[in-house]
Amino acid sequence: MNPTMSGLDDLYREVILDHYRKPCGGEALENPTIEVDGHNPLCGDDLRMQIEIADGRIKKLHIEPQGCSISVASASMLAKQIEGMTMEEALELKTAFQGVLKGGDWPEGIDFGDLEALEGVKQFPVRIKCALLAWMTLEQALAQYCPGAIGMVDEDRDIEIHAHTLQEKTEEPA
Amino acid sequence: MSDDNHSEDQMLNTTSTEPAVTGSVSVHEETGAPAAEAGLDVSRIKQDFPILQRQIFGRRLVYLDNAATSQKPQCVIDAISDYYSGYNSNVHRGVHTLASEATSAYEDAREKIAAFINGDDPKSIIFTRNTTESINLVAHSWGRKHLFPNDEIVLTAMEHHSNIVPWQLLAKDVGCKIRVLDITDDGYLRLDQLNELLNEKTRLVALTQVSNALGTINPVRQIADAAHERGALVLVDGAQAMPHDTVDVEAMGADFFACSPHKALGPTGVGVLWARRDLLEEMDPFLGGGEMIRDVSFERSTWAAVPHKFEAGTPSIADVIGMGAAIDYLTSLGMENVRAHEQAIITYALERLRELPFISIYGPRNPEDRCGLVSFNDVDIHPHDLGTVVDRHGVAIRAGHHCAKPLMTRLGLVASARASFYVYNDMEDVDAFVDALYEARKVFGLPTT
Repeated sequence: MNPTMSGLDDLYREVILDHYRKPCGGEALENPTIEVDGHNPLCGDDLRMQIEIADGRIKKLHIEPQGCSISVASASMLAKQIEGMTMEEALELKTAFQGVLKGGDWPEGIDFGDLEALEGVKQFPVRIKCALLAWMTLEQALAQYCPGAIGMVDEDRDIEIHAHTLQEKTEEPA
Repeated sequence: MSDDNHSEDQMLNTTSTEPAVTGSVSVHEETGAPAAEAGLDVSRIKQDFPILQRQIFGRRLVYLDNAATSQKPQCVIDAISDYYSGYNSNVHRGVHTLASEATSAYEDAREKIAAFINGDDPKSIIFTRNTTESINLVAHSWGRKHLFPNDEIVLTAMEHHSNIVPWQLLAKDVGCKIRVLDITDDGYLRLDQLNELLNEKTRLVALTQVSNALGTINPVRQIADAAHERGALVLVDGAQAMPHDTVDVEAMGADFFACSPHKALGPTGVGVLWARRDLLEEMDPFLGGGEMIRDVSFERSTWAAVPHKFEAGTPSIADVIGMGAAIDYLTSLGMENVRAHEQAIITYALERLRELPFISIYGPRNPEDRCGLVSFNDVDIHPHDLGTVVDRHGVAIRAGHHCAKPLMTRLGLVASARASFYVYNDMEDVDAFVDALYEARKVFGLPTT
């Protein structure tokens, strides 16, 4: 069968497989501000994330993903894309990306980088959760670090997230 | 149901009224493998299952998720439809014709399942929604009455969550303890540890007859004998056994036996609990309400006789009747033929999988110690990715923890893929499945040798 017809080419684009084979954010942080574990008990996907925050910006990020190609690639793309962003920018990206996976169009004015390759996940509804694990994990981590600055956190009861703030917040977000 | 006309309609609607059984052994054309069709005429059986006509992404559906639920033959679909269009009525106590016909069909189904598992007394059969509810019924109605602090329940490391969580809830309520019989790395129960685990505090041994995640067939009789010697009762989770082999609750030494006929060609919505009649007589009710009472006043209520004491409210009548049709269908095939067929298929599937250097197989190496299912992983591809790719080739398998997380932890796995076979699967299905595993390697740019 023609793989394009089956949607497999759309799902497993080369850029996704590249991220899966060699994820970004591989280096552990010496001085993380937040550590967080995201876990989807339904499928076993697991993601450990360290975030270093300075001047309200995500200065460095480290991920240890375990799971399917979609969850690993999405976490890797997150690591590549959000370094240097303010917390607000990172959350804006999360909301926009989530909107796309749930059927929306790609909004203009936001640089999604390699994330655009995850467009094909839309055709595989049961796999959307895989692509979102890293983003829910990030959101929960930032929400714990800076509760006032973040509005409603999207609580997915299927995903267990445990965030630990290692350093007290010393400043308001930029 | 001999005196009404819908049983005749049912026969006319059934696509094959003769058992699809043959005596010859054929050889598969392409693979040269001995055909699994010894005893079963699979090409004819396939015609009885309308869903197998479906195309999935332009491919023939190869349904290998039978351990989750089986497909349904036309005769089962017709039995449900005939009930709704011909004699739909609530059961028991009605005086009109429809109520009488519905009650008769419902109770006939009870006799059929009782005979099917060799429980000599249909009153020992209780209809529930599924195996999970059957086990919860025992935990509630027997466990809360008979278990006390420091009593012990023995489970095995290969139980489905449905045979773990009800006992945890019970243990928390009454203060009893759960002990676990370990398994070997290749998926057999550690029988050498059994005598250490059992003692005078053991009140119940609850174990699966066949592992839903590994396929292991357990020596239930041997374990039941050891439990009974200590005065403990035995609950057997027969969800993966009853659809695939001859079941004899008396011979296996069960005190309680739970199963889910939807895995045996029947509709979802019906579970079965068989229990020794004397145990049922002195157990408390499970749910209270209509159907389960003898008399009710605001001061006190008394209970209906077994089994109705345990069947509160309107049951899933159509589905129970559909289950009866499924039992008839399986009986016409012959359960010894079903077992032989699945043995041939799993033997061939294990051979094919062992040819693939990138596949790890879990569970017993000897196919005779398995039912017709295999859990495995591609060492380079996550099982969810594998499940997605083979689905696009028409092959339905399951990927995940198979509701047996403690077992997966024991084996050091997060998830696995699982293919499970049934009466309508043949060697071509195995070949299509293996071909799809090769295709997955190609999608991920991985070598296939």
